[in-house]
Amino acid sequence: MDQILIMNHLDFPILSTTIFLPLVGACLLLFLRNDTVIKVTASVTGLINFVISLLLYVDFNVATHLFQFGEMKAWIPAYNINYALGIDGITIFLILLTTFLTPLCVLSAWSAIQTRVKEFMFCILMMESAMIGVFCALDFILFYVFWEAMLIPMYLLIAVWGGPRKDYASIKFFIYTLFGSVFLLVAIIALYLNNQTFSIPAAMSGNYSFTFQFWVFLAFALAFAIKVPMFPFHTWLPAAHTEAPTVGSVFLASVLLKMGTYGFLRFCLPVTPQASVYFAPLMIVLSVIGIIYGGLVCLSQTDMKKMIAYSSVAHMGFATLGIFAFTLFGFEGALLQMLNHGVTTGGLFLCVGIIYERTHSREIFDNAGLGKIMPVYTGLFGLFAISGFAFPGTNNFVGELYILLGTFLQHKVAGFFAVVGAILAAAYMLRLLKQIVWGREDKRIIPDMNAREIIYLVPLAVFVIWMGLFPRPFVLTVEKTLMHLSSQLQTYLH
Amino acid sequence: MVTLLLPEISIFLLAVIFLFISIKKNKSETSLSFAKFVSIIPFVISIFCVSGRGLLFSGAYSIDLFSQLFKVMLAFGFCVVVFMLENTDDIEREYVAEYFMFLAFSVLGLMMLVSSVELISIVIALEVSSYSLYVVVPLRKGHSKMQWEAAIKYLFFGAISTGVMLYGMSFIYAACRSTFLADIVLTFPTLVGHPLGIVALIMTLSGFFFKLSLFPFHFWAPDIYEGASNVTTTFIATIPKIAGAALLIRFTMIAPSFYMQFVNILVILAALSMTFGNIVGLVQKDVKRLLAYSGIAHAGYLLMGVLALTRDGNAAAVYYIAIYLLMNLACLYVVVLLANKGENVELDDLMGLSRRAPVLALTLAVAAFSLAGIPPTGGFTGKLFLFTSAFKQGHLTLVIIGAVNTVISIFYYLNLVRMSYSKEAPPNNSNPIKLTFNQKMVCYVLVFMILYMGILPKSIFGLFKAAL
Repeated sequence: MDQILIMNHLDFPILSTTIFLPLVGACLLLFLRNDTVIKVTASVTGLINFVISLLLYVDFNVATHLFQFGEMKAWIPAYNINYALGIDGITIFLILLTTFLTPLCVLSAWSAIQTRVKEFMFCILMMESAMIGVFCALDFILFYVFWEAMLIPMYLLIAVWGGPRKDYASIKFFIYTLFGSVFLLVAIIALYLNNQTFSIPAAMSGNYSFTFQFWVFLAFALAFAIKVPMFPFHTWLPAAHTEAPTVGSVFLASVLLKMGTYGFLRFCLPVTPQASVYFAPLMIVLSVIGIIYGGLVCLSQTDMKKMIAYSSVAHMGFATLGIFAFTLFGFEGALLQMLNHGVTTGGLFLCVGIIYERTHSREIFDNAGLGKIMPVYTGLFGLFAISGFAFPGTNNFVGELYILLGTFLQHKVAGFFAVVGAILAAAYMLRLLKQIVWGREDKRIIPDMNAREIIYLVPLAVFVIWMGLFPRPFVLTVEKTLMHLSSQLQTYLH
Repeated sequence: MVTLLLPEISIFLLAVIFLFISIKKNKSETSLSFAKFVSIIPFVISIFCVSGRGLLFSGAYSIDLFSQLFKVMLAFGFCVVVFMLENTDDIEREYVAEYFMFLAFSVLGLMMLVSSVELISIVIALEVSSYSLYVVVPLRKGHSKMQWEAAIKYLFFGAISTGVMLYGMSFIYAACRSTFLADIVLTFPTLVGHPLGIVALIMTLSGFFFKLSLFPFHFWAPDIYEGASNVTTTFIATIPKIAGAALLIRFTMIAPSFYMQFVNILVILAALSMTFGNIVGLVQKDVKRLLAYSGIAHAGYLLMGVLALTRDGNAAAVYYIAIYLLMNLACLYVVVLLANKGENVELDDLMGLSRRAPVLALTLAVAAFSLAGIPPTGGFTGKLFLFTSAFKQGHLTLVIIGAVNTVISIFYYLNLVRMSYSKEAPPNNSNPIKLTFNQKMVCYVLVFMILYMGILPKSIFGLFKAAL
């Protein structure tokens, strides 16, 4: 664990606090009876946690690639399992993204969820705990516990509050993910038998034979590819997205999918570098197929949620493409893309949720022509939509630009196809935007967004523009970690 | 000597008390509440006796940390089972005292079993525990034929397995000239090298496999689980299995690890048991049958720890059987409370449980996730230990089979959760279930224990490891 740099100026275990504060809030909910009080408690918990997590950013040392804010305690000494936490450039924004989205999600569910409010908020807060835990864990078992524990609230979110086919969607989601995860567990045990410890930093500095790396990579990649989801492991995603309640979709798209790409960056590349290089062509081909396939499928969708779900396949394809291009640009782009996709897709899903609450339909045609009726709504929706196809000046442009730069440096053909994918994105997003704003003329009366809805969408919109115009602080924060990662891989590349 | 045997003596006295109640003329509710009260005593006593050490009856009866820990588990399980029989119409009222007497005698036999280190006493203890159960299985209210069929099957299969076990033991005796495990250990390496030795060992073990319902000694389990009353099923599904596992671990501890034929047989049995149990479990509609097949699969998981033939592996197996006790008690407790007339519970009966009785739905969900091995429950931690110890001995294929099985099993465990959470109850079956304070407490204790063993396994695992 000497790789963990204890650099905590704050006198309290800040990572543990951000992980367990939502859980404490969730337990508090169990004693409350009034629905409004429950919602207020949940949003206050989320908000406090966001403020606390901002301290991470304030105190983050951008000059090092080492893990920071380290915490470590023996957990199961018989198997050398520790409660070890720490973050670096790869994880800091993923944690902030999670804490940022949670209070917004609670707000968005304020009127949409009428039944079993307590359980719903409990699930949201439990999810938040587990998701932050995944990004902070520096011990494989701790990581795995959080990784799997997150399945339970997500399953319940879909199975209890989901749409008409919730049963099918929730089970498919659970089993798909679990299938990948058990192989992850086998790989983790294999690494343990090699290192005699479950420590992640130790595994990253280990030296393994190629055959060993080959199998460990495959097991890892299966779990992560399902989570991302990469083509052809993506089939659980549209079903889960369309059946999940809005909050579930937001969490799924914004944070859960990032856990897959996070896994590639954190585990596959540093632990099994040689195998990663070996498998890179395959991963790049799958990413490109994902990008093109996702784009094409989006073109034919009439359900807004389904379309955004498939667009996630394409967007996350960009992220994996960036990762397996093995260039600094690619890594930075992938990380920014993860963050941007979280915000933009989150915003789009929330927009769909808002309109669904009013018209009870997610069909594009049913909701066409809102430009005059709901001007504020279409304004914000338009912003997220153009960000969705990486319009310059919005956040996604920065990420995709970096990824394309990184890809063209290494693989020109893949870069070419990725550009085609970007054009497809423009096509389907503009088609959606055109329909929603100008689709048809009628005299329906649908109330425009209320103050609560504006409150939870505006922060996302601000982020879209902020990142689009001024990405420097983000790039600066992640740079050192990614430079280290890319220099580690250089030895195996040529 | 008396102080060493206090757990056994206390449970024996308990059985005698029930004997006296059963011959009284006007036995009624008082005997029931009395039973609940006094059943805690053996549990408390066995906790206090954990530190006891000694060899009794010329070395045939060993009191050590291993046996004492198992006695605590047995007494705990017995205690919970007795508490379950509250407000339920499972057993004919007039037989309740006899029912408890037989259960207590069975626990006595099992307590003797975990301490026995000599073949003859093992057989005697095993039979003491089994005979009581043969009597208990048909004591069920309502169902007219099912329980008789179950009882007969249990008796016959039990007798056959005892016969096979005795036959195996006679081979061992012939080769080693002793019935004491301590002596057998010495001559064992030469014995196991011989094919006949392997046969002897496997035949002997088959008696314990029967108790554990390991494939292919499993076929009694689903019918008996289904036919016996809910409380009896709870008992059969948990308590004898603990003792069976204890004995299996004691026995394999003496087997030297370098005889691959022996290990290979165990590997095959484990793989078959897991796969068979889980695949057949997929199509079950009756919750008790489902749990029977799940039990067959879990016996396979358990064997993964045992066949590693290492201290870590055995500790993992002990840990797993402890958590298995809790998960199964929790699942079956829900079944008992749900079926207020003592009928069998179908999967469809679970519909809308989360509205009818949130505490029960939570208990069932935690238990099901634990059975499936999802963190942060004890089922996951236990499986992690088992997988790791098997992997350490190079059984990669078996670990992968186990992993795939985990995925298969999630289908039917998730079904339990799915029915209770995402389905609405049919109108004729949607009355809220009122739970008493005691019942809620039992639920909370089980849930807490399952999560505790999942999140903080350190102290308990350390204790089990020290016992081996």
